[in-house]
Amino acid sequence: MITEIIVGILAFSGSLFVLFAAVGMIRMPDTYLRISVTTKAATLGIGLLLMAAAIHSYDIAITAKVLVIILFILLTAPVSAHLIGRTSYFSGVKLWKDSVMDDLEGKYNSSTDILSSEKEEEKIENKPED
Amino acid sequence: MTLLDFIYYSVLPILSISVILIFIRFLKGPNMVDRIIALDLIVTTGIGFISAYSILYNQPAFLDVAMILALIAFLGTVAFTYYIQQKNK
Repeated sequence: MITEIIVGILAFSGSLFVLFAAVGMIRMPDTYLRISVTTKAATLGIGLLLMAAAIHSYDIAITAKVLVIILFILLTAPVSAHLIGRTSYFSGVKLWKDSVMDDLEGKYNSSTDILSSEKEEEKIENKPED
Repeated sequence: MTLLDFIYYSVLPILSISVILIFIRFLKGPNMVDRIIALDLIVTTGIGFISAYSILYNQPAFLDVAMILALIAFLGTVAFTYYIQQKNK
């Protein structure tokens, strides 16, 4: 009985987190904000749903399998989010008009495809000194 | 109300509504990157569906499918971003 209540609570909160991620996908104004929604909320929601399945099965082999799936999702979600963000910045997706700062502004040359650690004009100024 | 009724009448409809909302973004998406994010999130929601059905039908073997689906979602995202970067050069 107690196991069923715990499974119900975990599954319901997991599905709620997936719903929040879906609402965020609709409401967020910018590609970069949508990437943050995908990686944070969906990872927690799917983790809770898988934990509910593991507790319901009450088997050590199933629990190990579920833990492997959760570990895999936790490892790959930031990597794929980083790849999507990098690609969208390089392909020229604009930031939202109310975004406060752009850390990569002036550091990426789209014609030569080079990403430097300092701004282009600063580099030219520093060159005669060394 | 048993656990199976609860999952059948509350968890699965919530997941279905979220898939519909993500699919609206998939159709609307102003550029290609938004569609890739929406596809990634739809596959991730599919993993949630699989775990809910494995509770519902008491079949833990479904979780193997969830593992393969997580792998395919990651590989698909990497491949799509690679092709978009190659296209922009």
